[in-house]
Amino acid sequence: MFKISINGKTESIDASADTPLLWVLRDHLNLTGSKFGCGIGLCGACTVYLDGKPVRSCALPVSSIGAKPVETIETVSTESSMIAVQEAWLERDVAQCGYCQTGQVMAANALLREQPEPDADAINAAMSGHVCRCGTYQRIREAIAVASRNLTEDAT
Amino acid sequence: MSSSGIDLNRRQFLQKSAISAGVLLVGVQIPSRGNTAAAMNDAPLVTDAFIRLSPDNAATILMNHSEFGNGAYTSLSMMVAEELDLDWNTIRLEAAPTETQYYSPLFGEYLTAGSVSTASSFMPMRIAGAKTRALLLTAASIYWRSDQQSLRTENSHVLHADGRSVSYGDLISTIRQHGLTPPEDVSLKAPADYRILGKPTKRIEAKEKLDGSAIYGIDIRLPDMLYGVVQRPAVFGARVAAYNADAALKVPGVIKAKAIDAGVVVLANDYWTAKKGAALVKIEWDYGNLDQLSTNQFFQDYAELSKQPGMLAEDIGDAKSILDADENTLEAVYEMPYLAHATMEPMNCTAVVADGSCEIWTGTQYQSNDRTVVARMLDLPEEAVTINRTLMGGSFGRRASKSADYVTDAVQAAQGEGRPVQIIWSREEDIRGGHYRPLFVHRLRGTVDDDGYPLAWQQTVVGQSIMQNTKHDPGYMVRGMDIYSLDGCLQEPFGVFPYGTSYQIPNHRVESHNPPKVGVVPQEWRSVGHSHTGIAYECFLDELAHRGDKDPLELRLYLTREHARMHRVLQTLKDKSNWTAKLGRGRGRGVASRIYSVSPIALAVEVTVDEDGQYSVDRMVCVVDCGFAVNPLGIESQIQGGIMLGLNAAAYGAIDIEAGAIVQSNFHDYRPLRLNQMPDVEVHILDSDEPPTGVGEQSTTPVAPALGNALFNATGRRVRHFPLDRQGFALKA
Repeated sequence: MFKISINGKTESIDASADTPLLWVLRDHLNLTGSKFGCGIGLCGACTVYLDGKPVRSCALPVSSIGAKPVETIETVSTESSMIAVQEAWLERDVAQCGYCQTGQVMAANALLREQPEPDADAINAAMSGHVCRCGTYQRIREAIAVASRNLTEDAT
Repeated sequence: MSSSGIDLNRRQFLQKSAISAGVLLVGVQIPSRGNTAAAMNDAPLVTDAFIRLSPDNAATILMNHSEFGNGAYTSLSMMVAEELDLDWNTIRLEAAPTETQYYSPLFGEYLTAGSVSTASSFMPMRIAGAKTRALLLTAASIYWRSDQQSLRTENSHVLHADGRSVSYGDLISTIRQHGLTPPEDVSLKAPADYRILGKPTKRIEAKEKLDGSAIYGIDIRLPDMLYGVVQRPAVFGARVAAYNADAALKVPGVIKAKAIDAGVVVLANDYWTAKKGAALVKIEWDYGNLDQLSTNQFFQDYAELSKQPGMLAEDIGDAKSILDADENTLEAVYEMPYLAHATMEPMNCTAVVADGSCEIWTGTQYQSNDRTVVARMLDLPEEAVTINRTLMGGSFGRRASKSADYVTDAVQAAQGEGRPVQIIWSREEDIRGGHYRPLFVHRLRGTVDDDGYPLAWQQTVVGQSIMQNTKHDPGYMVRGMDIYSLDGCLQEPFGVFPYGTSYQIPNHRVESHNPPKVGVVPQEWRSVGHSHTGIAYECFLDELAHRGDKDPLELRLYLTREHARMHRVLQTLKDKSNWTAKLGRGRGRGVASRIYSVSPIALAVEVTVDEDGQYSVDRMVCVVDCGFAVNPLGIESQIQGGIMLGLNAAAYGAIDIEAGAIVQSNFHDYRPLRLNQMPDVEVHILDSDEPPTGVGEQSTTPVAPALGNALFNATGRRVRHFPLDRQGFALKA
């Protein structure tokens, strides 16, 4: 039995120690917004925040979480910076099949929180671990620019 | 639905489990046929097979094409909303059930394929909207005791010239009271009056895809549901001879293990437990006779076979004699490997098998076939099998499985359980799933005339047929030849494909070999035959252009001089890509132009190549003529996305088989293209009043040849065996 903080709530999880956080979220807590893509941390579809930083939940055993808080797309979607990211995604009509997009916006939101005006290198570094097979990369770059502009304008 | 054989309790349970996420409804929603006055008043009004209006003025549109990123839900909604003057924000979407009235008018099956959803829906969906609008106008004229000339519609309301307005929802009771039905014949809006069609329209189900609330097949959660993981054979054709699941059953949480056709499935209360259990099952495999299957052997055998005369598909002029007699005849062999689809959402399916019925939740392009396969397997009438189609995390052809492979897994796993079972494939199972774009070898011979123009062309196409010995044989076979194997090689229309290459080469011969289908199930992969014919044809045409000292784009303009649509596409490409601008050292450009599913498309690619073969793609300019552009924004997305998939395959894509086993397993060795490798793509959609034609797959086909031609232009080195990373060309980050 593990006690972990997920989306601001302490959850008691009856799972084996090696269970990846992703399956705890999806199967034990019914938080299906984090997606299964590869299972080995290569595609980013399962991205959640651990202690505020984006991590791959598919390769993170539940026993390793400890007291660090976990936030998933379901709760991050209520935060103002993420809402700005999602609005930029809508404005640029980014999503196609959409399956990778919760991971994409989690990564973009984390990037913009750290660097409100990221350059191309920073965008490449933050986003190139996130696979999209529909080919939305160009629009992701455009949407990050839109979100950056909107967030920095809001701040001034 | 009483004929379905599904008992009422099961039906009620399932109805309650229908989930709403954003504009989408998942799960079968049976319109209430209750006969109490209250039920009547609250119930949605079914005005047409595709449309239901609710008293709260929401409109539900039934979607009879699948949404896997292709944008069908948006373009089909646009068609109904245009003619019905719907408030876009009140639209709700529901996957239409597996009934013949919802089958593709083109295929006669419930199938989303061939880049034809928009084109084949353009009349039916608009007519559905127009009929409901006419019904509402009749109702409003009764409601107000007014003539219809004073009425118009806007934003889900009927408006009277005197300023009154009534919502569609408020007219439902009038329609019911008077037993009104839609007219048989309606007129459609003139294009000049369009307010939605032809306008850039954002994806209708975008929002729920960003906050995690969208429901894909893998997200289906049903009461009492079990998760299953299958241990599958590493080698093609192997079957379970015996197994021992003792170790698996000792894993806490593992409930059961049993053999199904695909292997041994382990059931548990969560995926991870099932996965751990499945790995512990000891299976004795009956290896069959495919344990020496090898892609290297295929390439060798097919190259040999390509020297032999094949079935004759086309023979214009006298290509063979000219080429046999000409000592300057060019000859080349092109090789294209197997490709996996590698959709982001791995294959999965949820099924519950009750006494005399089966219900399925899955992402599928081909639900009428899934239903048929399952009904036969369970010996049930088709009506007893219900399929609830979800959103799909990509498909690219994979979820149009003729064997319904990932569906039958779940159904077999659910048999005898009396509760729902969800089977999820791992990425490894997905990549090793054996349903691939078939491996092809093309042998080409060609020569040019005294002016340097192509004079004779001979192409021998060798690869496993997708359609042979399936239910599409003979529909997609012509004299024993699979039209998909040859699509894009032939100058004249062939079988049901009403288009040729758009080029005119005076002597043109195409032959076909269908080697036996062993092991791999050859399957449609975005752009189907064009994914290999495009490479062979467009690269060899580049070779002939070089031989004849012609600019490759000018040569294509010459060859398409009598094909007005492709000619205009190429002229536009020449202009938009600044084709004649000089490029510096180490740089090169290439072009390819193709017609797939009627739409002409052309792509220009610019590259920079280092001395060690590392290259970057600097610029991609694409021009398409898809007739009337129903949703220019969606078209642009499809073009960009198709180009990425094409670039991905050209750069890295290959599935290898050694000793009957797939070598690749996950994204480290079946590499997806990354954001830092994908250039911006400039998309130009030509204005047209012609009926809409496809855009979903077209842009994938010119990428590999245009890129190969650009690399040749930059380096003088011709790649004939794909992918590029095996030929010393490495795509840079």
